[in-house]
Amino acid sequence: MTSLTDPQRGSFRLSSLLNDTRYRSMTLQVIAAVVLALTLGYLYSNLMANLQEQGLDISFDFLYSPAGYDINQTLIDYNSQSTNLRAAVVGVLNTLLVAFLACVTATVFGVIAGVLRLSKNWLVRKLMAFYVEIFRNIPVLIWIIIIFTIMTAVMPAPSAFRGDTPSSSMLFDLFAFTNRGVYVPGPYFTRGFGGEDGSWINWLLVIGVLVASLFATRAVSARANDKQAKTGVRPKTFWLNLAIWFVPVIVLLFALGLQWDIPELRGFNFGGGIKIGGPLIALWFALSIYTGAFIAENVRAGIQAVSRGQTEAASALGLRPRRVMNLVVLPQALRVIIPPLISQYLNITKNSSLAIAVGYADITATLGGITLNQTGRAIECVLLLMLFYLVISLCISAVMNVYNNAMKLKER
Amino acid sequence: MSDTHAESVAFVRETALPPVPPPVAERGIYKWGRENLFATPLNALLTVAAIYVIYLVLAGTLPWILGGVWTTSSLAECREVLDGRSAACFSVLTDRWNQLLFGFKYPPELYWRPLLAFVLMFLAAAPVLFFDLPRKLLFFTGIYPFLAYWLIWGGTIWTPIVALLGFVVGYFVYEKLVHRSFATGFFGGVIAALAVWYVGGLAIPDLARITSGLRLEAVPSRDLGGFMLNMMLGVTCVSLSLPIGIALALGRQSSMPLIKWICVIFIEFIRGVPLITLLFVANVMLAYFFPPGSGVDLFLRVVIMITMFSSAYIAEVIRGGLAALPKGQYEAADSLGLDYPQAMRLIILPQALKISIPGIVNIAVGLFKDTTLVSIISMFDLVGMIRGPILASTDWNGVYWELLGFAALLFFIVCYGISQYSQWLERRLATDHR
Repeated sequence: MTSLTDPQRGSFRLSSLLNDTRYRSMTLQVIAAVVLALTLGYLYSNLMANLQEQGLDISFDFLYSPAGYDINQTLIDYNSQSTNLRAAVVGVLNTLLVAFLACVTATVFGVIAGVLRLSKNWLVRKLMAFYVEIFRNIPVLIWIIIIFTIMTAVMPAPSAFRGDTPSSSMLFDLFAFTNRGVYVPGPYFTRGFGGEDGSWINWLLVIGVLVASLFATRAVSARANDKQAKTGVRPKTFWLNLAIWFVPVIVLLFALGLQWDIPELRGFNFGGGIKIGGPLIALWFALSIYTGAFIAENVRAGIQAVSRGQTEAASALGLRPRRVMNLVVLPQALRVIIPPLISQYLNITKNSSLAIAVGYADITATLGGITLNQTGRAIECVLLLMLFYLVISLCISAVMNVYNNAMKLKER
Repeated sequence: MSDTHAESVAFVRETALPPVPPPVAERGIYKWGRENLFATPLNALLTVAAIYVIYLVLAGTLPWILGGVWTTSSLAECREVLDGRSAACFSVLTDRWNQLLFGFKYPPELYWRPLLAFVLMFLAAAPVLFFDLPRKLLFFTGIYPFLAYWLIWGGTIWTPIVALLGFVVGYFVYEKLVHRSFATGFFGGVIAALAVWYVGGLAIPDLARITSGLRLEAVPSRDLGGFMLNMMLGVTCVSLSLPIGIALALGRQSSMPLIKWICVIFIEFIRGVPLITLLFVANVMLAYFFPPGSGVDLFLRVVIMITMFSSAYIAEVIRGGLAALPKGQYEAADSLGLDYPQAMRLIILPQALKISIPGIVNIAVGLFKDTTLVSIISMFDLVGMIRGPILASTDWNGVYWELLGFAALLFFIVCYGISQYSQWLERRLATDHR
C-alpha cells in the first residue's frame, strides 16, 4: 500500500494524457472537438458535393418570387400573386391562431376533467379516467383525422339547408354547421373609425377598455383589502366589479354601432358571417381534447400535491371552503400545475404542425409543404421552418423561466 | 357513586349482546351508492348526467358494432347486405387484414418472417422486462436484433453475423483492456469492432457466394408497411435512443464545458422543433449529407431522425433522475475510490434509471404514437395504409369509422399495455419502506 495519491509534478508520460486527472478532461475535450470538426466537415463536404452534382445552390431569393398558390383561410390579405414570404407569414399567423385557440380550450377541458377526476362521485370519476386514458393512448394524428372526417363526411352539405323542407337547419338561426366549415355571425361596426380598412382601430379600442376595466377592478379590490386591514370588515365589491367590467364596454360597443352579420344561404353556399374552415376546426378540437387529457392529469397531480394538512389548517383558522380553495389550495397547486401546463402549450404549438395532414395552411403546410415542393428549395425551407419553431419554443421557455423564478419558494 | 349494583336490582346482563348487522341503509350497495353516487343533490345530478352520457354513447355505437358485417368483399356488397340498416362494415378489416398489418407490397408468402420476428420479440424482451426470469435468456436478447433484421429484410445471413461479430469482438477487447482504464477499454473495443466490420464487409460478397443456401429472399425497405412499420420504428428507435439518451444526459452534466455545450445545444435544438420537421429533414434534406451516390434508404433516414428526437427527450428524463439523486451518493462513490465510469455504472445510473422509468415509458409511449407521423412523408404505415391505398380503392372508398376505429384500438391496446407495465414496474422497484 502506498499513501501517495498525487502524482509527482513533472512526471509527464504519454499515458498520463488518459490516466492522469490533470490532463484527462483536456484530452477528452480535444478529442471531442476534433471528432466534431471532422464530422461537420465531412457532412459539409458531402452537402457541397451533392449540391454541385445536382446543380443547386443555397439561396433565399425564392422568398420574394410569387407563390402562385391560393390559401383558403388567411388572416391577412393574400392572393396567389403574393410572394412566398407572405405565404409563410400567413402560415405563421395561422399556426399562432390555432395554437392560441387550442391552448385556451385545452386548458378549459383539462381543468374540468382534472377536477372531476377528484370528484366524490364514483361514476364521474371513472368516466373522466376513461376520457383521459382513451385520449392519451391514441395518436393525436388519428384524432385529427377522425374529427376532420366528422367535419367533412357527417356534416350536411350547404344544399341540405335549401328548399321548403330542408333536411338540416341552422342552430338558433345563427350558426350553420356544413361540410365546408362552420359559419358563425360576424361582428362589424356601423359608426366605427377608419372606414373599411381601419376596423382594427375599433377592436383596439374595445381591448383597451377591457384592459382599463381590469386595472380598475384590481384597484377596487386593493382598496377593499386596505379597508379590511384597517376595520376588519370587507366591503362588498361584487356588484361594483360587475359594473366596471360590463358598463364601459357595452357603452363603447353601442357608440360604435355594433351589428352582427348573420350567415345565410346565398346560391349554392352560405354567405355573410365568419367562416371557420373544417381543417381549422378539426385541428383545433383534436388538439384541445388530446392535450386536455394530459392537462387533466397535471391538474389532478397538482391538487393532490397540496397536503391535507394545509386544508385542515385553513379550516381550523375558520376559513370557509371557498376561501380555503382560493387562498390556500389553489396558490400552492398552481405552483405545481403551471410549469407542466406551459410545456403542454409548447406541445400544442408543435403538434399544430400536423395541420398538413388535413390541409390547414399553417407554416408547415405553406413553407414546408407547397412552397418547398414548388421551388424545390428543400434545405432553405426546412431550415426556416425549424428556425420558426425554435424561436417559438425559446420564447415559451423564457416565459417559463421567468415564472419559475417568480414563483420559487423563497427560503432563507 | 351509584347505588345500583348486582345485589339491589332485579336483572343485570352479564354477557355482551351478539353483534347485529348494520342497518340496511348503512351497508352494502345501498350505502356505497349513497356515498359515491348520490351524496348531495349536485352529485345526484352529475350521476344522472353521466348515466345519460354513457347511454348516448352506447346507444350510438353498440348496435352499429354488434350489427356489423364481416364477410363481404366491397362496400357496395356490404351496403346490400345491410339493406339500409346503419351498421359497421367490418369486412374491410377482414378483406384488407394483411395490408393493414404488413403494408401492400410485402410479399404475402413471406408474412411468416415478420410474424416470427414479432413473436420472438416477446421472448427477447421478456428477460429485460421481468427480472425474475433466468439471466441466460439475455443471450437471446443480444442476438435478437440481428436475427430480426435477417428475418424481416432477408438477404444473406452473413450481414447480420458480421455485424454481431463486430460487437462480440469489441466486447472481448473491452473486457481485456478495461482493467487499465475505462477509456482504453472503450476506445479499444470500438476500434476492434470497426476493424471486424471493415474486414467482414469486404468478405461478405464472397461468403454469400459460397454459401448461397444460407439466404432468405431479400425484401427492400420500401416494401415494409402497415402496423409492422409502426412497431419496427417504435421498437428500433426506443432501444437505440436509450443508450444515446444516457450518454447525452451524462454529457449534459459533465464538467467539461465543450462536451456539456455540445449536448445542451443538441438537446435543446431537437426539443424545440416538432417531429414532423425532423421527418421533413429525413425525407428531403438528409440525403444531401451522405456521400454522393450512397442512396441511404428512407427507412434508415427516418430511423436516424426519430432516434435523435427521442434520445433528446430521454436524455432530459434521465437528467431529471440524475438530479434527483442525493449528493451523498456521488460523494459516497468518490470516497470508495471509484473512478467516474465505475461510479456511474455501479452507483449512480442504477438508481437514476430506476427513478426515470416512468418518464422513459412516457417517452416510449409518446414516440410509438408519433410513428404515425411517417404517413405524412408518404410512408405507408397503418395510418398511411388507411388514408392511402385502402380508402382510395374503389372497393372501400368511404369506410372511415371501421378503419380509424381499428387503428385507434390497436394503438390503445399497445400504449395502455405499456403504461400498465410501467406502473407494475414502479411498484416492483419501490424499495423505500412506506
